[in-house]
Amino acid sequence: MSMDRRTLLKGLAVAGAGAVAPVEASEKYAEAPEDAVGMLYDATRCIGCQACVTACKTANNLPGNRYNPPEDLSGETKNIIRLYQDGDESSYVKSQCMHCVDPGCANACMIGAFKKREYGIVTWDPDRCIGCRYCQVACPYNIPKFQWNTGVPLIVKCELCNHIIHDPDTGTLREGALPGCCQACPKEAVIFGRYTDLIEDAKQRIAERPERYWGPDGEPKIFGLTDGGGTQVLYLADLSFEKLGLPTLGDHGTAKQAREIQHGIYRGFIAPVALYGVLGLVMWRNNRAAKKEEG
Amino acid sequence: MGRRDEWLDLPGDPTVDGVDRRDFVKVCMMAAAALGLPAATGVKWAEAAEAGLKPSVIWLHFQECTGCTESLLRTSHPGLDKLILDMVSLDYHETLFAAAGHQIEAALHDAVAKGGYVCVVEGAIPTKEDGIYCQIAGRTAIDILQEVGGNAAAVIAIGSCASWGGIPSADPNPTGAVGAQEILKDKTVINLPGCPSNPYNFLGVVLQFATMGTLPALDDEGRPLFAYGRTIHEHCPRRAHFDAGRFVRQFGDDGHNLGYCLFAMGCKGPETYANCSTLHFNEVPDAWPIGIGAPCFGCTTKGVGFTKPLFQEAALPPNYVPPIHPSDQRGPITPGWAGVVGLATGAAVGGALMASKKLGEGETEGS
Repeated sequence: MSMDRRTLLKGLAVAGAGAVAPVEASEKYAEAPEDAVGMLYDATRCIGCQACVTACKTANNLPGNRYNPPEDLSGETKNIIRLYQDGDESSYVKSQCMHCVDPGCANACMIGAFKKREYGIVTWDPDRCIGCRYCQVACPYNIPKFQWNTGVPLIVKCELCNHIIHDPDTGTLREGALPGCCQACPKEAVIFGRYTDLIEDAKQRIAERPERYWGPDGEPKIFGLTDGGGTQVLYLADLSFEKLGLPTLGDHGTAKQAREIQHGIYRGFIAPVALYGVLGLVMWRNNRAAKKEEG
Repeated sequence: MGRRDEWLDLPGDPTVDGVDRRDFVKVCMMAAAALGLPAATGVKWAEAAEAGLKPSVIWLHFQECTGCTESLLRTSHPGLDKLILDMVSLDYHETLFAAAGHQIEAALHDAVAKGGYVCVVEGAIPTKEDGIYCQIAGRTAIDILQEVGGNAAAVIAIGSCASWGGIPSADPNPTGAVGAQEILKDKTVINLPGCPSNPYNFLGVVLQFATMGTLPALDDEGRPLFAYGRTIHEHCPRRAHFDAGRFVRQFGDDGHNLGYCLFAMGCKGPETYANCSTLHFNEVPDAWPIGIGAPCFGCTTKGVGFTKPLFQEAALPPNYVPPIHPSDQRGPITPGWAGVVGLATGAAVGGALMASKKLGEGETEGS
């Protein structure tokens, strides 16, 4: 077998292009399931009382209380209220799992412990998890936390109080059941509901008082409508979401990006063939040189 | 039936019977106890009063509602009669004086001329249009305060109005109302803000001055630390509900009936410095806003009371809510630095490869 320089370069170029160039979306842009539920957090209504933090711990049977308050999401905190303050500008912001329409964690989880389940709730299955923590790296919101200090560590993240709102026997939502945080909030700053209803609600709030909400170029924005491919937890605020610690992700999720790269590399099987071709060539040349020396 | 004092079992009426020493010391000790001071202080007060050391008090009224006077009238440890007849010499008080007109103005003049008196200011002082919005006996409030307050041994501003302007100074402040300190710039004014001010805080200051001739330690807004050193929130009887996340959501709901925390209703307790939560008004248990289920209005703190909307949430103490990205100090790792580190690592690996090759060559030559 012989391969001239021209063919080799050609092959490399094709493989490189396949790996780097964005592939046209072969799949349909992910959409929330029809019956999706979620939460709407309105930072302009939040008063920082942190009742939701306490309620979350109670609802999920997690240790810790207000006398030893958490500083950040952790192996024992699934939900937290934090404060952005810069001069006169300030806003509280809630952090918990965003329940992405196209979740990065579920995409990265090699074993299928993370799953987007009924009603679009992203859950984690302790029986499957192998503890690789790829989910932590894959999440653009830095949500899944690992229990570093226990012998049999779990991944801890908000599951939208799935155990409270969802009846596994009938597969339906329990009438009137709310996630801990939504139940506790005295100002209805965070509310639970059907995803479509929440979007309508958010749009109505913006229509009623557009001056109350922040958006690029003065156009009030609902975070999560399209951000990162859409999230089932929506945010409204009177400051830029970047200041509140939410990433700027564009309209497509990191999961989609990851899939594109992974699928792109193997597209048409060009890259693996090219790689092994080059390796084969090197081996063949080394072999030939060795034979010559012997001979 | 005997006189009212008899069937209430109160010490005798001093105007009729005179007061015996025993009763008087008892009153002073009652006052000391109400202020949380040792009983010996009460004896000291009594001794000071017996020695004729009753301080003269001149009480000025400007732009106000007389609410501070009214709440002082309702104290009982000691009662106001004991206070003004036995413990201090109240030489001028427009609400309480029987005299009027030239007679009372003469009394004021005499008291000022004597000097060594305590000047109590109740109400804000209007400054717009040369202060014409508040005039007494043809003189503006500014004039009166400058004269009476300027010669006083101590100046006490009672109530939010006298402390920084209070209600009269609320936006848009049509009369340009300011507190007593603004007019008496060179003097130390003891501010006892509150709407009304808790009368026991006032009694504490006056009696300390009367007995020991000293004034209490003040914070940077001129408020005595013994009363205004901590926020309402720190000692609020409803604090446990705050910590547990149990809040009143609307007036009259189940949480309200159960006495839950009023923070979500706009309670200003977390940013209001006062002792209302520990020293209720006029010895009636729970006679203070939060005690009766109303959110704290923030009347003792400038910039809160009469400034912030009633139902707007209070600012929580600093560091109470963790900041965004508390542990996110990732250091200066920018793409540029990552590149530099990458290049350095590459050079090191390359160098090592070259070195190992050379070593290998040396071995081949040597063998």
